Amino acid sequence: MNYIVTILTLAIASSVSLLLASLGEMINQRSGVFNLGCEGIMAVGAFLGMLVPYLVGKGGPTSGVYNLIGLLLATGIGALLGLFFAIFVVTFRAPQGIAGIGLEMFGLGVAGTLFRHFIGGTQSVPGITTPPIPLLSKIPVIGPILFSQNILVYVAYLCVPLSWYLLFKTPWGLKVRACGTTPRAADSIGINVNHVRYQALAVGGAMAGLAGAYLSLCQAKMFSDSLISGRGFIAVALVYFGHWKPVKIMWGALLFSLAQTFQNVIQSLGINFPYEFAVMLPYVLVILVLAFDRESQRLGPTALGAPFNREIRT
Amino acid sequence: MNKRFILIYKSCIILLAIIAAMALGSVILVAIGANVAKTYAVIVFEPLKNIGLLAEVGIRMIPLTIIALGIAVAYRSGIINIGAEGQMMMGILGAAAIALSMPGAPKPVLIPTAMLAGFVCGGLWGALAGYLKAKLQVSELLSTVMLNYIAEQFYTFCLRKPMLDPAEITMGSGTPQTMRLTKNVWLSRIIPGTRLHSGLAIALVLAVLVYFLLWRTSFGFKMRAAGASARAARYGGIAVGTCLVAAMVISGGLAGLAGAIEVMGVHHRAIGGITSGYGFSGIVVALFGGLHPAGIIPAAFFFGLLLVGGNMTQNAVGVPANMVSVLQGAIILVIVATQMVLSNKYLMERVWRHFQKEHA
Repeated sequence: MNYIVTILTLAIASSVSLLLASLGEMINQRSGVFNLGCEGIMAVGAFLGMLVPYLVGKGGPTSGVYNLIGLLLATGIGALLGLFFAIFVVTFRAPQGIAGIGLEMFGLGVAGTLFRHFIGGTQSVPGITTPPIPLLSKIPVIGPILFSQNILVYVAYLCVPLSWYLLFKTPWGLKVRACGTTPRAADSIGINVNHVRYQALAVGGAMAGLAGAYLSLCQAKMFSDSLISGRGFIAVALVYFGHWKPVKIMWGALLFSLAQTFQNVIQSLGINFPYEFAVMLPYVLVILVLAFDRESQRLGPTALGAPFNREIRT
Repeated sequence: MNKRFILIYKSCIILLAIIAAMALGSVILVAIGANVAKTYAVIVFEPLKNIGLLAEVGIRMIPLTIIALGIAVAYRSGIINIGAEGQMMMGILGAAAIALSMPGAPKPVLIPTAMLAGFVCGGLWGALAGYLKAKLQVSELLSTVMLNYIAEQFYTFCLRKPMLDPAEITMGSGTPQTMRLTKNVWLSRIIPGTRLHSGLAIALVLAVLVYFLLWRTSFGFKMRAAGASARAARYGGIAVGTCLVAAMVISGGLAGLAGAIEVMGVHHRAIGGITSGYGFSGIVVALFGGLHPAGIIPAAFFFGLLLVGGNMTQNAVGVPANMVSVLQGAIILVIVATQMVLSNKYLMERVWRHFQKEHA
């Protein structure tokens, strides 16, 4: 029993980066832009998140203010990278898939270069730790799983209803969805499709940056080149899995982080099973989901991946 | 519009693109307080200084060319193959397995067999993504990335368990690597004193073959048609799905072959880190080379230069080698945007009219 509690606690903690990045990607895709560069933005966010706390504390404890600065920096630069991507795919109308790969390489390169210059090797930071919620965390089973998590876990899960509200209950959300399904119609009623896509990419980029900072500040408490290791791409796949809906994406994030904890399970149970195959599991799961979830192929925003050009009638 | 204007217009845009890509890199260089001009000079000119370094450029050119050729075949057929990294690993495993299982075979038998094994293993890994796209409409962007991670894990598993060097078990050091492959599978060195091997000739021959396949055979035409417009191709009676799978077999196979040649020519044993990002650099080479063999060869040379030069910046100007990845990413972004500007005839006409008004 104790054992299941540990696994579930771990799974919820590690679902945060997937959830945040995936909700951001959902907003991108709802506006009609496929952002494959999520991985790169997360890498930059992860590095920037720990940079300030590390430089101030030099590995020692730092006050929470610097952690907050780290989070804000990662979020802000994430938004800027989203806008940077928008220059290419919205203004210049470059094909989004290949441009996303460019952003991914750019982001990973930037994070790696800055990391080697400012930090050098594997250095850990104390990161963000928050005390468990009093009383509630004492409840058996549910207590440790739900009420002793990091504060950012609650922030991330709060983003689920927030992003739902943003997309489905605000005028801005309506504009975003209009640009993703029928940009021509949106244009005809005076919505500036390109502006809306810029805004959506900024929001999505900010969330990806925050997701990266969570990884380095709360989960791993360090940065390395392999810290992200495909989480950005899994986040993109999760959007398909979740049919572009926040709540379904949340379940997807939980499912995939459970799959990621699978290697901890076999290790601690001492089963003689090559750990490489356990690490593979989430990636295999992505392919299976994409291949056999036939629904996701017709539910997506219809203008997804198509650059909008006012001057050409389609 | 006269021809001279079009030429000047296009060269100006390309020049602007180069400046934009370098400017993006400069932002990062300034951020780490490096000397921008000196860094670029080291990356581009330092590897040209002596024959040993030039040979290193040649060594990197070989996998870059072969992988980029494969990526160009896939891209022309409408698939963006970002799985070359994983396909290359599968090729390395295939070639190494053959070399390990028949160590006594003579050179003329063993070398082609090992290369074929590399091609087949990479091709099958690529075919998986092609099949998923053709039959189940799975985006190849996501499936090939996932297959990369899966291949990476499979690769370390094979080196750690079934193909592990027996000496590592007795010594107990446990480095995941195979034993040294038999000399019969080594590719010969073409410049004495350097590591440059005969794989270079193979890469050049493959470039010619890919050109003939894409532009001189009817199957190549079908693949390009499927890539240009899948719906039109289907209407014209082309089996688009078959073309996609075939393109991925060729693309993955070439990446696998690149892995086989790399292990047979340079490392002589399968070990972690052989692929070292060639699969991703290959995408940049293919795009930079205009997705055409005649452009890919000089592009591969240029990016070989970049990779060798990038390794030297740490000592020369204190810039980490990851800078190459920054430049590659910036180059991809700039190239795809530039292509859209170049193909925008309306914009060109507007500039032309503006230009005429000024001079009227």
